[in-house]
Amino acid sequence: MSLTTPAAENCQEVSARNRELIEEVLKAYPEKTVKKRSKHLGVFEEGKPDCGVKSNIKSLPGVMTIRGCAYAGSKGVVWGPIKDMIHISHGPVGCGQYSWASRRNYYIGTTGVDTFVTMQFTTDFQERDIVFGGDKKLAKALDELQELFPLNKGITIQSECPIGLIGDDIEAVAKAKTKEFEGKTIVPVRCEGFRGVSQSLGHHIANDSIRDWVLDKTAGKEPEWVSTPYDVAIIGDYNIGGDAWSSRILLEEMGLRVVAQWSGDGTIKELERTPKVKLNILHCYRSMNYISRHMEEKFGIPWVEYNFFGPTKIEESLRKIASHFDDRIKEGAERVIAKYRPMADAVIAKFRPRLAGKKVMLFVGGLRPRHVIGAYEDLGMEVIGTGYEFGHNDDYQRTTHYVKDGTLIYDDVTGYEFEKFVEKLEPDLVGSGIKEKYVFQKMGVPFRQMHSWDYSGPYHGYDGFAIFARDMDMAINSPIWGLTKAPWKKG
Amino acid sequence: METNGETKSQNAEHVLDHFHLFRQPQYLEMFERKKREFEDAACSDEVERIREWTKTKEYRDKNFAREAITINPAKACQPLGAIFAAVGFEGTLPFVHGSQGCVAYFRSHFSRHFKEPSGCVSSSMTEDAAVFGGLNNMIDGLANSYALYKPKMIAVSTTCMAEVIGDDLNAFIKNAREKGSVPQDFDVPFAHTPSFVGSHITGYDNMMKGILEYFWDGKAKTVPPLVREPNGTINLIVGFDGNVVGNIREIRRILDLMGVDYLIVSDNSDVWDTPADGTFRMYDGGTKLSEISDALHSKATISMQSFCTPKTLPYIGTKGQETVGLHYPIGVAATDRFLQEISRLSGKPIPEPLERERGRLVDAIADSSPHIHGKRFAVYADPDVALGITGFLLELGAEPAHVLATNADAAWEGKVRELLSSSPFGAGCQVYPGKDLWHLRSLLFTEPVDFVIGNTYAKYLERDTGTPLIRLGFPIFDRHHHHRYPVWGYQGGLNVLVWILDKIFDEMDHNTNVPAKSDYSFDIIR
Repeated sequence: MSLTTPAAENCQEVSARNRELIEEVLKAYPEKTVKKRSKHLGVFEEGKPDCGVKSNIKSLPGVMTIRGCAYAGSKGVVWGPIKDMIHISHGPVGCGQYSWASRRNYYIGTTGVDTFVTMQFTTDFQERDIVFGGDKKLAKALDELQELFPLNKGITIQSECPIGLIGDDIEAVAKAKTKEFEGKTIVPVRCEGFRGVSQSLGHHIANDSIRDWVLDKTAGKEPEWVSTPYDVAIIGDYNIGGDAWSSRILLEEMGLRVVAQWSGDGTIKELERTPKVKLNILHCYRSMNYISRHMEEKFGIPWVEYNFFGPTKIEESLRKIASHFDDRIKEGAERVIAKYRPMADAVIAKFRPRLAGKKVMLFVGGLRPRHVIGAYEDLGMEVIGTGYEFGHNDDYQRTTHYVKDGTLIYDDVTGYEFEKFVEKLEPDLVGSGIKEKYVFQKMGVPFRQMHSWDYSGPYHGYDGFAIFARDMDMAINSPIWGLTKAPWKKG
Repeated sequence: METNGETKSQNAEHVLDHFHLFRQPQYLEMFERKKREFEDAACSDEVERIREWTKTKEYRDKNFAREAITINPAKACQPLGAIFAAVGFEGTLPFVHGSQGCVAYFRSHFSRHFKEPSGCVSSSMTEDAAVFGGLNNMIDGLANSYALYKPKMIAVSTTCMAEVIGDDLNAFIKNAREKGSVPQDFDVPFAHTPSFVGSHITGYDNMMKGILEYFWDGKAKTVPPLVREPNGTINLIVGFDGNVVGNIREIRRILDLMGVDYLIVSDNSDVWDTPADGTFRMYDGGTKLSEISDALHSKATISMQSFCTPKTLPYIGTKGQETVGLHYPIGVAATDRFLQEISRLSGKPIPEPLERERGRLVDAIADSSPHIHGKRFAVYADPDVALGITGFLLELGAEPAHVLATNADAAWEGKVRELLSSSPFGAGCQVYPGKDLWHLRSLLFTEPVDFVIGNTYAKYLERDTGTPLIRLGFPIFDRHHHHRYPVWGYQGGLNVLVWILDKIFDEMDHNTNVPAKSDYSFDIIR
């Protein structure tokens, strides 16, 4: 793909060097830990069904994992962006505080009146709540929310660690209050942070709670709206910096009707409508494959994965989505591709010469460790290492379509490993999160946050690709990297 | 960026990002369609009616009658404060015993404020540990972090999970030591920091006391307790502080000028301000481990924030040291008191350069206070910070109207009232311990003020109520580098004065810039 990648370094050499590097890095661990960590580090071999690493296993105590917890997966990812519901961080104050408005789930609404995403609601557990239980406090909290926020369309109860440990019955509270509030959707979510090995289980738990407390509730009821053959739902786009919007606009332009957005800028009504759509189109497979599979089984709705990073993958995805519909939509997809191609070509023409041949290392969450590779390649860049915070084996299977032979793979990378890998492989850019950002910038390595887009974005869709290209250029070609070493320290 | 205003669609030459992209007509139409067809949103009249209702006295009363739900609190949980204290010691790795998601949050929170790496590990407890306890996590965890991150000390605190199941840190660490996780003589001080008690300032206190106790009282019964041999050094404990990088450096400068023997106990000014020179430093600066022991022998300890040290300071007192509790000294009188205490304890006079600095701050206030005089302010922050800011406002002739701290109690309320009663400008100011920012939102509607002073979260208050915001405190995520500037001392007072004035002048200009309508007051000299 890349125009200027030196051919001298062949795959075998790269593989051998990466394997050596893994061996070297593992030396720092105690013996017991070496065995465990070594299963998570590997080199991709062309033709293999996955990336050859173990995944979705408990992180080792005492290593600096980048992972979060089930609460983060449910409240921070799946439920949090549903904008017209109130999401209570049920338990002590901290979890709600740290996850307050930090994920950039853009939405339109009057905050505190009919929308609530950037607010922090907590039952703020005190010692007495731990000792005597928090169910009464929760019930009272629901009453107070009902009174102070009459336009809320529902409430979710996001359990923090102590709730499960002290045995509170949040389901009973939710049921009683649903009845009292005449059918209002009140969803208890058992996403205590100690459950599972990462945020991943939180996604699953949240999906199950949508199934049990939202979809099942409305299933079988007569639809109060008229569906069309072109109804689809965007699943697994959290609208970071407006990503779902720059995606939705393409789907609408090709003639589809987007009935629901899950869950960025989403509403409870959109969730309820989804079982009637013709196709679920799934962006973040990791976080929402569960509910997509459920809708397939229960309502017969097919689902299709798509990737809206970079023109190559966008074109592929638009055609893949269109293949589920008639010629009208297929023509629509071609029309959209043709419309945006000149702009995308202009973006590539402008930025590719500045970026071609640059090497990238990634470490992100659900889908980006693979999905963004195409966008980098569109700009002539090469991803030489990648890995997932909380991927499962099916993610690593899907990654084989994206990575080249010899690519370094690191699952649930530890702070120590990531630093060593970057030190040795000397990429031109690292794409990861806020906890990693400043480590690499101190080392003089350009960095972009690939969870929050460094507060820029959107990166999805054609409109997003222009921003992505600009941002990678500004990171890599910033004059500051020439100033890292003092002139008197340069050799 | 305004040149993009005319652009209708994305293009390579003028890339539109979210600021402009979503204001283009195609997106506005899309938003409108989504809302109309799919959201089943409340009608705009109804939204407007409720929005107006939230501004009323009736709503305020309902809001203040809340007992169970907390909305937009201005506080975090204990372990965050424990980490803040721990990283102030040389080569110290904070280790949080509990589920791992907490640590991801703590690290992100600090990195977003300081724009710096924040190293911290967890014992990654999951369901099995919830059932059987986290002992094995402690044994493996200490071994791994000792091997990988080569710390000089590991400071252990807990999460709510470990506290609910009742894990005993003292026993666990002892056990881990015996299993060879760390060498027998390796320092592992600890503190229990349940998230359902107090807030981040409580965690700061617990960890600070935990570390001092560990070193002074026999390292968890592994060595004999230290015997105090008094000397002339003065200890300083800074407390949890968003401006810690600037503040510690400023007090170091002041104390060096005075020629005082001092020791900053937990100095995290370097670890959160490391240079970008090609090397990542996981540890940098900090109070040396030998100095922690030395601190026992000091003549006295000054806490710059008494509400951050309610256990630590009395504990130090029991060792025979004199202790002095301050409340985040901002401004002339508070700095005077700080310097006088230092002078009294050290026997060193306050030198002329500092007196000149004082005169310059007084001069600056004299130049500018007419612009601040009589302006009404709402202030919220951690308890000591709120006290410090309120004191300075009174000095400037401003009128604090609401002083709020979510993590404060009646004792704090008493302190603030005492301060307010010391000045005619404090009359009529209300004090709100334990209240949150949704309470403050009501207050800003029913009893409005000219400016609000608070952290980043107050930008929602600024948006909803139209009250201009001056950013001070922790966290500040949406403005860069404020933490590098001191707010303590006379120089720090000057910084705070300038930040307040900048906002006042910006508002003045903003309110007078309409041509042929209000621009007679759009003066170039203020």
